[in-house]
Amino acid sequence: MLRAGDAGVLAAGAGAVVALAWWSWLAPAGDTAVIRAGGAIVETVALTRTHRLSVAGPLGTTQIEIEPGRARVAADPSPRQLCVQQGWLTQSGQAALCLPNQVSLEIRGRTSIHDTLVY
Amino acid sequence: MTRSFIELPVTPEDRRLARLAALAIGLTLAEAALPSPVPGVKPGLANIVILLVLLQYGWRAAAWVSALRVLGGGLLLGSLFAPGFWLSAAGALASLAVLALARHLPARHFGPVSLSVLAAFGHVGGQLALAALWLLPGVAIVKLLPVFAAAALVFGAVNGVIVARLLAAPAASGRQSAPCTSP
Repeated sequence: MLRAGDAGVLAAGAGAVVALAWWSWLAPAGDTAVIRAGGAIVETVALTRTHRLSVAGPLGTTQIEIEPGRARVAADPSPRQLCVQQGWLTQSGQAALCLPNQVSLEIRGRTSIHDTLVY
Repeated sequence: MTRSFIELPVTPEDRRLARLAALAIGLTLAEAALPSPVPGVKPGLANIVILLVLLQYGWRAAAWVSALRVLGGGLLLGSLFAPGFWLSAAGALASLAVLALARHLPARHFGPVSLSVLAAFGHVGGQLALAALWLLPGVAIVKLLPVFAAAALVFGAVNGVIVARLLAAPAASGRQSAPCTSP
């Protein structure tokens, strides 16, 4: 009744359930976005509603997009676009750094996985 | 006054599809009476019929039975075009899409249990995708994902074993594909 592939599908399904449980229950989710420019906090936003905000840096303005439960750097004038390519940040402790423009976006939750970050 | 008749020709295949759809609708109704701890976590007994139809008569027949099941179940449960109906339709559609791919898996290694589990994951995925996009946009659904996935795994496996047993018993499957006697 059970063929070899069936056992594989069942194992993969069980793995998917465990991975989903870890991802949605155990991984610390962030609820606040901390935005810094030149090392100083310019804005602390709760991840509750959708909106965009602009932060000025030495190269130009960095666009930050906030949505319920996640945030990202939508646009940045830096040449290599590393912080934009990081995409959406959801979990506590994740950060996107736009170094040329000296802007950073960090997600914080109730529990922080590290004490401090020094750039 | 002239009287005109419109006669729709009914093929034996139509009758067979209608009978199988009636069976699936019956299971949907029976299942609706079962209490469930979380809305949406259901055994999906009608999927047993869909899977049997897929394995015996092909994907087109399974799609017909599934569509009739969703429509008929919606009519009889009074949820036609209500959110629950659309969730059911999205689940059925996603599950049929998964089955369209999964039925090409080599049958030597992948039996009804594989198809059933994959279809159950597709069903739950389609429902949750629609719910997340349309009914409950936000983050709440993420917390329920593991519950739905675990239900899909368990009920999918159980339904698959039932399908495998029904296919293995020639009397049971023979009765299902017997020609329909006209009343």
